[in-house]
Amino acid sequence: MHGIDILSILIWLPVGGGVLTLLIGDGNARLSRWCALLVALATAVLCLPLWQGFDPTTASFQYAVRMDWIHQLHADYYLGVDGISLPLIALTAFMTVPVIIAGWSVIEKRPAQYFAAFLILEGLMIGVFSALDSLLFYFFWEAMLIPMFLIIGIWGGPRRVYATLKFFLYTFLGSVLMLVALIYLYGKSGNYTIAGFQSLPLSLVEQRWIFLAFLVAFAVKVPMWPVHTWLPDAHVEAPTGGSVILAAIMLKMGGYGLLRFSLPIAPDACRELDWLVIGLSLIAVVYIGFVALAQTDMKKLIAYSSIAHMGFVTLGAFLAFDIQGATGSLRGAINGLDGAMVQMISHGLISGALFLCIGVMYDRLHSREISAYGGVINVMPKFGAFMVLFALANSGLPGTSGFVGEFLVILAAFKANFWYAFLAATTLILGAAYTLWLVKRVIFGPVGNDHVAAMQDLNGREFLVLAVLAAAVLALGLWPAPLVRTMEASMQHLLQQLALTKIPVG
Amino acid sequence: MNESVMTFDAMRPAIPEIGLGLSICAILLADVFVGASRRQLTTVLTLVALALCASITLNYGAVQDRTVLFDGLYVADRLGTLLKMAAFLGVGLSLLYSKAYLERRAIHGGEYQVLALTALLGICVLISANSLLTVYLGVELLSLSLYALVAFDRESGIAAEAAIKYFVLGAIASGTLLYGMSMLYGLTGTLNLDKLATVAAAHGAGIVIAVTFIVVAVAFKFGAVPFHMWVPDVYSGAPASVALFISTAPKIASFALVMRLLVYGLGADPSLWVQILTVLAVLSLLAGNFIAIAQTRIRRMLAYSAIANVGFILLGFVTAEHEGYRAALAYTLVYVLTTLGSFGIVLLAARGDGEAEEIDDFKGLGQRDPMLALLMLMLMFSTAGVPPFVGFWAKLWIIQALLHTHHVWLATLAVLTSVVGAYYYLRVIWYMYFDAGRAQTPVERQPLTRGTLALNALATLALGIMPNALLALCASLVG
Repeated sequence: MHGIDILSILIWLPVGGGVLTLLIGDGNARLSRWCALLVALATAVLCLPLWQGFDPTTASFQYAVRMDWIHQLHADYYLGVDGISLPLIALTAFMTVPVIIAGWSVIEKRPAQYFAAFLILEGLMIGVFSALDSLLFYFFWEAMLIPMFLIIGIWGGPRRVYATLKFFLYTFLGSVLMLVALIYLYGKSGNYTIAGFQSLPLSLVEQRWIFLAFLVAFAVKVPMWPVHTWLPDAHVEAPTGGSVILAAIMLKMGGYGLLRFSLPIAPDACRELDWLVIGLSLIAVVYIGFVALAQTDMKKLIAYSSIAHMGFVTLGAFLAFDIQGATGSLRGAINGLDGAMVQMISHGLISGALFLCIGVMYDRLHSREISAYGGVINVMPKFGAFMVLFALANSGLPGTSGFVGEFLVILAAFKANFWYAFLAATTLILGAAYTLWLVKRVIFGPVGNDHVAAMQDLNGREFLVLAVLAAAVLALGLWPAPLVRTMEASMQHLLQQLALTKIPVG
Repeated sequence: MNESVMTFDAMRPAIPEIGLGLSICAILLADVFVGASRRQLTTVLTLVALALCASITLNYGAVQDRTVLFDGLYVADRLGTLLKMAAFLGVGLSLLYSKAYLERRAIHGGEYQVLALTALLGICVLISANSLLTVYLGVELLSLSLYALVAFDRESGIAAEAAIKYFVLGAIASGTLLYGMSMLYGLTGTLNLDKLATVAAAHGAGIVIAVTFIVVAVAFKFGAVPFHMWVPDVYSGAPASVALFISTAPKIASFALVMRLLVYGLGADPSLWVQILTVLAVLSLLAGNFIAIAQTRIRRMLAYSAIANVGFILLGFVTAEHEGYRAALAYTLVYVLTTLGSFGIVLLAARGDGEAEEIDDFKGLGQRDPMLALLMLMLMFSTAGVPPFVGFWAKLWIIQALLHTHHVWLATLAVLTSVVGAYYYLRVIWYMYFDAGRAQTPVERQPLTRGTLALNALATLALGIMPNALLALCASLVG
């Protein structure tokens, strides 16, 4: 389509750029930085024509390319985007740029390898979102672990080895079960295309097992309570850039997997077992919200806040069946799905920005303890303003993107069950409590100590990064229509898939 | 019965063995005359001989159709040609990777190369065996060469101990193999595997006992749990270069042994050996992966990793379907390729005194020698079965074959144990990259070895991104 295969370019340009950066080597750090930045910028700019040429009126896959890849296994190199994956691809390309800039002069240890790892990671993540062949999807999904494993392990904090091994093994354990499910589905359908799996009739027993196998993989990634424990460790130990990518993109893959695999492939099992996902999501929202209150480490606090916010994504995605039960039609469920999707994009921007803010402070004071700060706004007014904005967005202030997703999901939850909505809405209080309390202790008040007094305000590079993110958060909060319209047709299509049973008759 | 006429054309498919036999004689003679000062020459000669043998095998010895020679004792087919080429490559690379190590350890003597070649000859004979006698001949030629290689370092007490252990246990295994074969012969009246394939199924209970004895011997040669006791001791006791040798080409021989003996010879009724192989595979996966975690010495870790990988290969046979055999073939080839590389790096990055012992020695390799560390990283991820490396496809194909034959639980067990396995492969990467190293001597340059290692590791990446050729090749040979 369109003559050139833009998706392949989006995947392989960063990967190739990463290899090039690696070849430039640490000896020439300056050149490697510029090379990485140019590649990341080029990738982000390439998303513009992708979005421009996207036709939001259809749910079919666009920019599709399909080539024979592994003939023996009937796996194709099959790429394409729809309204669900397009925003996530754009988010990936967009967020990599600030990550590269944020590491500009901060990373002194093996800089070329650092930037190369992020570029390769970017390409693989775009691959995950654009793969339409499940084996290709799995290929990217697993390969992506390698750069992240190295990023946390090499550039991380003191307990980095523990954190990165935990991250890798948790995710690996979840994904291998998904692999078994995918191969099982291949045995029934004869090829690995996701669309083929979606239209494959499956008995309820089969669906149940497949649903559980998928759930393990995606729940670890999201992460859902109780398999979330790797995330706080990984976030605390990861370098700033690693945390940003982890929170902004990687967690979204779990949500994407639920929307792309679990719901359409095993709709009957989802209908039967939706209480499981809803229950775990509500626990994440409420319980993890309380856990976040108790944190003394800023990164850990944001990590727990991420888990709570991702609870909204999983909740919104699985409300459809209860809404159908309560109102008799699936029409109201669109709010839940839209909300889940908006929440993913918004959380990607906000959590990424918050981790960048913490990174800014950490670069100056080398501490992530809340108690080490106090009154930062007195010495860093520009930074303080940004931090307050992102914190408010994180607690769901209307006008910021954080509000839209939460509002839509709570709206949908009301249609399903009052108590779902009640529990979900506690986040408005809890989220505000832990975020604003964090801001109060870190940003406001008198200057905490001499170290804080010596802190320099944002330099131009940091200002630019945070300003762009702030603009995006506000834009999405004030005018979410373009995003919602982009995914409209795909969400409707997903709802149609949910309405039908896949259990073979007779 | 066809008259066998001993013309050159009739013997043509046996060119690999003939060529090897001649090379062994020539090198043995040459080694006597070159003298101690130019010992290097023997290695070079051996590598040249291997290259020559490989090229004449491809150009003259390769057959299109299955050809039986020497009154049914010997079979040549395309699978055999591929396995022999893989064995040539494996032995060639392991000798190349060992070169620096042997010089450092001052383990001289052309006998080393000659013994490696006789082991290779044993492998080739085994690959082409079409009769129980030829199978035994191949197994013994290989095993005896290996015993001698393990004990090659006369000064080392540990090596001698490992060799004795290997020899005694190996002799018992050979005994059970022979015993099982004699029972088979007594029951069916034939030694020929083709004939056995047609009559074996009709012989009821007696044959079960015979097959059990044979499978026990096969499990020993493969190093499957519970017949694996020799593996860690030999890997850590023998000179590291010998451990490298044992962990690669003989695995191809073991694959051929199962293929010729069980699949082709006793394949009419796979239920004779499927259950016992299932038990062996499950035990190997569990024991291999879990015990490997506890190892602090790199060679013992690789030994248990080998055991776990053997479990995976056996799973391919458990399916009793062509798809599974193909997957087992692909897995064996991939395993040999990956192990050659990782063991080669272990040899090159060994401590100053020439021994590669502790996993700790890898600490800080990422700083000391970024290139070598990167290669090791690729090989470790490949062995762990993480894409984009070829080890992933090898595992995937086995799991796919298992699921197609409705072994869902075996497949689940296999993937779960590979998660356990991932831990100790990751540990090597962790030591190389995440930990600072103690001050250590820089790794030797050795440009030729390094270049080859780089190609070896890049091959796992290239085949991982484009596995089509490998899988298609395996599929075309088995079936």
